Amino acid sequence: MPTKSDILNLYFMDARCKLLEIAAYLDRLDRHEGEGDFRQEAFLSALEAMQTPPAGQSRAQTVLNTLSDHSTSPAESASLQSAYGAPGKL
Amino acid sequence: MHYIEPHGHMVSRTTADYESIAQAGCVALCEPAFWAGYDRSSPAGFYDYYRQLTEYEPRRAAQFGIDHYCWLCINPKEAEDPSFAREVMSIIPEFLDCPNVLGIGEIGLNKNTKNELAIFEEHLEIAQKYDLPILIHTPHLEDKLKGTKLILDALKNANVDRGRVVIDHVEEHTAPLVLDQGYWAGMTLYPISKCTAARAVDILETFGMEQIWMNSACDWGVSDPLAVVKCALEMKKRQHTLTTVQKVIFENPKEFLSQCPNFKVNQLLQ
Repeated sequence: MPTKSDILNLYFMDARCKLLEIAAYLDRLDRHEGEGDFRQEAFLSALEAMQTPPAGQSRAQTVLNTLSDHSTSPAESASLQSAYGAPGKL
Repeated sequence: MHYIEPHGHMVSRTTADYESIAQAGCVALCEPAFWAGYDRSSPAGFYDYYRQLTEYEPRRAAQFGIDHYCWLCINPKEAEDPSFAREVMSIIPEFLDCPNVLGIGEIGLNKNTKNELAIFEEHLEIAQKYDLPILIHTPHLEDKLKGTKLILDALKNANVDRGRVVIDHVEEHTAPLVLDQGYWAGMTLYPISKCTAARAVDILETFGMEQIWMNSACDWGVSDPLAVVKCALEMKKRQHTLTTVQKVIFENPKEFLSQCPNFKVNQLLQ
């Protein structure tokens, strides 16, 4: 199996690029006028949560769980067919 | 290296895509019934779609040495109108004897509604009545976790044979729920909204190589018919042996699909 060094060699530059994209995306949001919505808040919560994942959860699981609907009952009906990527409604 | 594409929506793809996946080693492709990107206006639209899946696509695939199989259902995105869905479901038995039909799928949930759940449960009844395997779609993004849990509850209530059910589009948070309960899991390599190749390999390394496959789910959206072989390359970069790669992209889907009475290993491999 690959070592940590192998993983760094394989993925560091790609992850660095994606990290920069996230930073630039947040700057872009800051720079523009208007109000954000639940997606922005959920994104920031996920960023924070992934730094200290709960015991037994990976960082990826923590991000996905933070961006998930945790209600348990089936919805009465659907008002749209697509999804937003974070729980909430526009 | 040869592989099986266990989930591709080829009605939305060009013949050049069949040629590309054949060149990459694809020997069999399974096409679940799917949403067309718009709601069909009548059950007759589904009748024609099922004919396309059972007559036309197998011929198109065969030109490139690919065996084409399909799964039949009404997709959960069109299950919000139960009377319409039931009319469509009444057509399905007429097609179950077609030689490339594998079972019932991709059924499941989309927005996790009561109507979707009712139609999902009725699809399970059809599968059980005709003793067919089941392919399940789990919802997208924020709806996936809840939908997966509702689906697992419904499957438990229906007392299905877990080894004959594959639950698709798993990600890091749902893969263990599915695998721990004895179902098969499918990972979809779909840009932006599902798994990347690197994450799919992470899931394999974390949860194991058993009862799991990966697919491109290539359709009319931004998707890649070559995603499975690209993920195979990702596995090689992570130093997985060719035997392991071949297990995930060929032996595993073959093992599950061999439970479908109509599935046969491509004669080119015999």
